[in-house]
Amino acid sequence: VRLAELASTIRSKNAGVDHITFDSGCLSPDSVAELYGVDKERVTSFVVFEPAQAIKFTIRRRRPAGSAGEPDSFGSQCYPPLFEVDIP
Amino acid sequence: MKIMSPTGHLGFTPIERGSFDLGVAEKPDAIVADSGSADIGPYPLGADLGHSPEDWQRGDIELCLLAARELGVPLVIGSASDTGTDRGVDRYVAIIEELAEEHGLAPFRLAAIRSEVEPARLVELAQAGVKVDGLNGRDPAGIETLRRTDHAVAVMGVEPIKAALDAGADVVICGRASDSSLFAAVAESRGLPRDTALLAGKLLECASFCAEPFMGKETVIGEVDAEGVTVYPMHPQQRCTPASVASHAMYERVDPYAEHLPGGHLDMRDLRFTALDERSTRVTGAVWRPSPAYSVKVEGAGKTGERALAVIGIRDPYTLSRLDQVIDWSRTKLAERYGTPEERGYEVFFHVYGRDGVMGEFETKPVVDGHEVGIIVEAVAPTPDAAHDVCVLASRNLFYARLPEVKGTAGGASFFSDEVLRARPAYEWTLNHIITLDAEGEEPTRAMQLFRTEITEIGKKAVLVK
Repeated sequence: VRLAELASTIRSKNAGVDHITFDSGCLSPDSVAELYGVDKERVTSFVVFEPAQAIKFTIRRRRPAGSAGEPDSFGSQCYPPLFEVDIP
Repeated sequence: MKIMSPTGHLGFTPIERGSFDLGVAEKPDAIVADSGSADIGPYPLGADLGHSPEDWQRGDIELCLLAARELGVPLVIGSASDTGTDRGVDRYVAIIEELAEEHGLAPFRLAAIRSEVEPARLVELAQAGVKVDGLNGRDPAGIETLRRTDHAVAVMGVEPIKAALDAGADVVICGRASDSSLFAAVAESRGLPRDTALLAGKLLECASFCAEPFMGKETVIGEVDAEGVTVYPMHPQQRCTPASVASHAMYERVDPYAEHLPGGHLDMRDLRFTALDERSTRVTGAVWRPSPAYSVKVEGAGKTGERALAVIGIRDPYTLSRLDQVIDWSRTKLAERYGTPEERGYEVFFHVYGRDGVMGEFETKPVVDGHEVGIIVEAVAPTPDAAHDVCVLASRNLFYARLPEVKGTAGGASFFSDEVLRARPAYEWTLNHIITLDAEGEEPTRAMQLFRTEITEIGKKAVLVK
């Protein structure tokens, strides 16, 4: 099943100026690093948030938000690759 | 008590009037509106400029001020003019004064709490041994980082705002403030405990973002008591459900269980969300955990260069299949003319929309699978003229790129207008740090000096407390 069919909310947004945080479900830290093509060290946080039945993970930006060359100032359009994650 | 939250970012887009009026009809005990955000990037703070049209800010302030004075309840506005610099506080204070006169409002007390901190002052503190510790994995800031900061603001917690309300302020205009503190201060000034006061702030800070379906700038109300907070929306088509409220509780933070403020954090590990009816949710279980040290966050931004932009399109499928070669050609011609970026202190970014323009390095499918791409060429250099020239050469060489079998021999790219747009200068978030000025366990008297409160009687113009 695609994650998009299981989760009602899948989103990304700045968490402070150095990170983008993702709220979704059913993932692991390794799968996130592999999906986004970043070193595992840059997945700085991975938490299960039970009240919202959600997974929250956070990736460190290469440069702070809004720096020259850094796309997506709000970090708000980095979630769509999660739609296609296959959930066994 | 009832706290009304009409917007998550005052002035960013105008407050929606329908649900605002319904909120006022609920007779809230306070109106609270945050006006700041770090999302807008480092430029407004670094250059010390507002980020939204002042007309919209004035319109939102007018709605809130008239409603609060009519109801006779406090109005608290945080992070004035997006960044909370002294300029922002001064502008908002002037707007309040003008509106009071324009509408002939009865005299009221206005508190302005300024929180800008001179980078030179931070240098002095650092030289005196105060550590400027990095947040979220940043290194401590050294003297060099402080010196390349153009503007910095200290982020106030609950205490200065509550003190202003306790001193009788009817309207409080804050410099940079933590969003949730604005709400917590009004609840605490009414005797409610930090646990639920701050929980109310966390849930209400972005107004209708805690409700579903997704809508911005719609009013929500929070009812706060000593045990919990009940939130409900004023837009007739929105609902505050346990799912929507819980989802908002984890919004925009690395750690969904902790909201950090000067003096401690709100522990949300045992939050319970209960639907009271189809549109109201009650939240309980938040616990304030004081920390031994009173650490204050400092945000700072510094200029890194001048910027220029150009817009280019490419439609030829052969060229699209060799985009990296095209961009390499452009970089080579730049280096021939100006030296390498490292040698000459310039940078060029090719933002390829239709490939990876939105997500950049995070793009999982960095390939072109449409029939055209748009490229924004972004150049950064020490002077505006240098940024302009680098941008022109970079974009024209997308046009002149040499590919072995290209059929179009009259130019490999489409200029949107063969013009270069002078963009805002490039700034960087230099500071996302904390400073601790008082010893552990002591009253935070030095930290409080970062926040300068001035109370005036509007309509009489006399300074009461300074």
